[in-house]
Amino acid sequence: MVAPLLEVRRLDVSVRDKKGREFKIVDGISFDVQPGEVIALIGESGSGKTTISLACMGYTRPGCHLTGGTVTLGGTNVLDLDLPALQDLRGRDITYVAQSAAASFNGAMTIDAQVTEIPVITGAMTREKALAKAARLYRDLELPDPENIGKRYPHQVSGGQLQRLMAAMAMISDPRLLILDEPTTALDVTTQIEVLYSFKKLIADNGTAAIYVTHDLSLVAQVADHILVLKDGKMVEYGPTEQIIRDPQHDYTKALMAAAHLMPEEIHAPPAIDAEEPPLLQVRNVTAGYGPAQKLIALRNIDLTINAGETVGVIGESGSGKTTLGRLISGLMGAKEGGVYLDGKQLAPSVGKRRREELRQIQFAFQMADVALNPRQRLNKILSRPMMFYRGLSQSEANREVARLLERVDLPTSFAWRFPPELSGGQRQRVNLARALAAEPRLIICDEITSALDTIVAQQILDLLENLQEDLGVSYMFITHDIATVSKISDRIAVMRHGRIVAQGPVNEVLTPPCHEYTQILINSVPEMRTDWLDEAVVERRRLVAALD
Amino acid sequence: MTDMARTWRGELREAVGDLTPGVTLCLLFLVTVFLVGAFAPWIAPYDQAVILTNESFSGSSSEMWLGSDYLGRDVLSRLIYGVRITLFLALIITFLSFFAGVGLGFLAAAFGGRVDDWMSRMNDAMLSFPALMLALIVINSLGSSFAVLVLTIAFIDMTRVYRVARALAVNIMVMDYVEAAVVRGEGKGWIIWHEVLPNALTPLAAEFGIRFTYAILFISALSFLGLGVQPPQSDLGVMVKENMQAILYGEYTTLYPAIGIALIAISMNVLVDWMLQRSSAKLPEEI
Amino acid sequence: MSLTEILAKRLILGLLTMLFVSVLVFVGTEILPGDVAHAILGQAATPESVAHIRERLGLNEPLHVRYVVWLTNFLTGDFGTSLANGADIGTEVSRRLLNTVILAFCTALIAVPLSVLFGLWAAVRPGGLVDRIITATSLALISFPDFLVAVVLVTIFAVKLGWLPAIASIRPGYGLLDWIRVLILPVTGLTFTILAHMVRMTRSAVLNVLSSPAIEMAILKGVPRRRLLLRHALPNALGPIINVVALNLAYLVSGVVVIETLFNFPGLGRYMVEGVTNRDVPIVQTCAMIFCSFYVLLNITADILSILANPRVRYKK
Repeated sequence: MVAPLLEVRRLDVSVRDKKGREFKIVDGISFDVQPGEVIALIGESGSGKTTISLACMGYTRPGCHLTGGTVTLGGTNVLDLDLPALQDLRGRDITYVAQSAAASFNGAMTIDAQVTEIPVITGAMTREKALAKAARLYRDLELPDPENIGKRYPHQVSGGQLQRLMAAMAMISDPRLLILDEPTTALDVTTQIEVLYSFKKLIADNGTAAIYVTHDLSLVAQVADHILVLKDGKMVEYGPTEQIIRDPQHDYTKALMAAAHLMPEEIHAPPAIDAEEPPLLQVRNVTAGYGPAQKLIALRNIDLTINAGETVGVIGESGSGKTTLGRLISGLMGAKEGGVYLDGKQLAPSVGKRRREELRQIQFAFQMADVALNPRQRLNKILSRPMMFYRGLSQSEANREVARLLERVDLPTSFAWRFPPELSGGQRQRVNLARALAAEPRLIICDEITSALDTIVAQQILDLLENLQEDLGVSYMFITHDIATVSKISDRIAVMRHGRIVAQGPVNEVLTPPCHEYTQILINSVPEMRTDWLDEAVVERRRLVAALD
Repeated sequence: MTDMARTWRGELREAVGDLTPGVTLCLLFLVTVFLVGAFAPWIAPYDQAVILTNESFSGSSSEMWLGSDYLGRDVLSRLIYGVRITLFLALIITFLSFFAGVGLGFLAAAFGGRVDDWMSRMNDAMLSFPALMLALIVINSLGSSFAVLVLTIAFIDMTRVYRVARALAVNIMVMDYVEAAVVRGEGKGWIIWHEVLPNALTPLAAEFGIRFTYAILFISALSFLGLGVQPPQSDLGVMVKENMQAILYGEYTTLYPAIGIALIAISMNVLVDWMLQRSSAKLPEEI
Repeated sequence: MSLTEILAKRLILGLLTMLFVSVLVFVGTEILPGDVAHAILGQAATPESVAHIRERLGLNEPLHVRYVVWLTNFLTGDFGTSLANGADIGTEVSRRLLNTVILAFCTALIAVPLSVLFGLWAAVRPGGLVDRIITATSLALISFPDFLVAVVLVTIFAVKLGWLPAIASIRPGYGLLDWIRVLILPVTGLTFTILAHMVRMTRSAVLNVLSSPAIEMAILKGVPRRRLLLRHALPNALGPIINVVALNLAYLVSGVVVIETLFNFPGLGRYMVEGVTNRDVPIVQTCAMIFCSFYVLLNITADILSILANPRVRYKK
């Protein structure tokens, strides 16, 4: 066996908190990267995966510092190098692709100037040669107009293209090691697989070794040779990709596998319910938009029905109008044409004109629990306010209700006197739901409530939703971009694209082939837990896209 | 509500724990200065207006620690009374400007749309006027009295406070927790009082300190120009002006009030800086 | 919107602001009580003489007519005569304006490079020794009243050491050396009134840029430190810095008034203070208009320069 390209041994990184106490965020991590091999660092937020990848370049973010261990690249310990030596190493031997290319490009320089900067200033290539190579890389990455795209400024190209351009920037010096930090996370699901595919091809064609940092196990199965699972800065499991996904040893890895966003094997037909007439909520032929006189149309001819006690999934990518639809139903914006009907009676277009009793029946749960809860209000106030507001409870009655409600969402009753910042992300999302429940609504509009959460926590929230529905008979309108999740919890779904509903019906009918091309693209974009999925998926995607347009 | 009391006490204890020696010193100094100002008649050794000696700029002695001023009055007593007037005016000005500025700023942010547009445009127009010019024009027309000074400077300050308060509130209004209150059907008043205000409190407190310092410096500058507080009343700025000739005699009489102003302002600024750093709160714009 | 459209819009907005300012100056000085006629006559006012003066000054015309006449006169350089001594304001202003411009220009020449340098120096290593010294000093300096540094300077250099004059009067026939001798103390005093603010704001503007993901990326891609600062950080910080500079130069307006009074410097600022003290309305109007125009002009310049420095605006999609 050849000597490893990169050897990481007992790496420790610490941060100091406000009081000056130190604690480790990376604790005794060791691994090797062989030449030409891709190793994946997998973990949830706070697992230290990004910190480790940055430490491999001898870099720590402000506030963090290296407290132990070695990172050896081809015989030199990277952590011993001084800044000029490091700057020499970075960009030539090790290169980096950041999570958000849009923020990481310099807005004041053209893309070409940034891509070719390092080889040109180090004298490794002439400007002409570097530009020619950049154009070649653009073509390999399947960017449109490879000869000219580099002449633009970063804000003039799309996010998916920028992410690829950043990969070109990383590959131009033929690095020995490439670090990819969540390079597709910020992208829409259907763009993601194309970008991932071009990364994979690039790495394979050049035989580059890479460290791939991500939270998504199913994605990484497509590109990595080895997987290192992290939790709270410590290594949980380390092994070849096949072994990790076929036969995970550690409980945490098993939990990650179980919570992965995969399409279910079989989509069951929803239980038949006797739909009452009139239905709980109906959106009839709604067209709506933003701007003066709602000129910028965001929703076109929407018809949607939600019956009592059922879950309706609304799925689409960013810009599809799914969140706008939720806002319209809850009265945050009015329709240009058409209307929203509750129990067959039309609702006023704005919150201010609706009766309190109407408002009570439809509640909204926001995506980001950390901004959806006022950080300066105790949970008791957050939860008791809707009770007093809608149901006319006194403060002491509400206090008792709050305790019951906290138990209902599996939180200790003592939390009533805490402020939201003292809670974890998952706990906050439970409070977010509890606030909606406090009104005793008949419908809760859930806007991407699980997408900001780590997969395992997200699964727990979904379980909670199901329990609540069984106990209380509440309906959900579940807005999401994640077709895998929606296929598991919905009775009926609506697929949105460019402000229209392109397909809707019982979940098994909409998602079982033959289905609408766009639905098929979405299903096709959900990674499967097998290593040869990506190549097939990309071929299929291109066929579908061609058919759609 | 024992839990509630506990956290309040906890927060206070934490704040005290975070005090650095420098910040403590500034805090103590400010408290002392405010006490001196409040109890000036009992603390000052002499009546500030009485001429005690024929000698101008007599230099320090056991009777008059800081010597006499250009008329032969006791400098220390006048300093103590000067602090009283300066702090008194600055406090009223800052309270007035905050009352109006925060109120209007929050209203503009809460209502948005046309109301906000017009109010903010008016305010921007006022801001295109240099503060000192506005004050000079008003004083030119109305003369200088406490009422004119207080109202004019409070108005000028209000335009600044308005901008900060509005920007803070606008940033809070877009938060999902405010939207949650809107969907619930809450009125504007409830939203401002329960959702916006608690979250704007720390930066507003910091802004209060900044405006207070600004008010002190502004009154002092006007008084120094002879257009602020009018004799026989005197604040620190007037004292600087009156005793300018002392410099020529090699006496430091004029420096005492000047340094007094600077020390009060420095202490306040240090306190504000500490407060902002500690809460990692940010003011929308530093002007 | 194209770049020219944006710029044109700003310019028109600036023009409107100027107009607004002129209305405010006029109304502020004319409509408020303290009738001009009474102000001129003082104790000697009889109903007949007041009526006579009002007639002569055109005070019986409606307000908007007087405003238009006044503005036209101002724009054509006819500033009227002083109420106190009947002297032509135009002659006096042209002499004093030059002095003030020299004072302000010298101050800007020293203060701007110095503060940008200090601001950058502090921002390059945040939390380092240099940063801590600069931050602490500037925090103290912004707390100083405008006259403090000047008073201290006079005490030391004019009185104790006797090197420089305490009073900055200008006589005709002054040579370059005389000018320098006279200007050193006022310019230094004035520099301190704007320096600290500019240093603090430059520092935070640069820090803001340095903590952006784009700079982290540039570090990670191996850009050498010098180039990182000059080629990556500076172009992005330029817009904010220019803005800071222009904003602070506008503060010179109030600094100039205080410093000129302190040094008895024959400039526009002192002229205006004298005008206010004597309630000499035409003088106050003229000076206020000049100062305000300067202020508005700098603010517009700041706006336009920071638009020009932003690549997102310069290279539209």
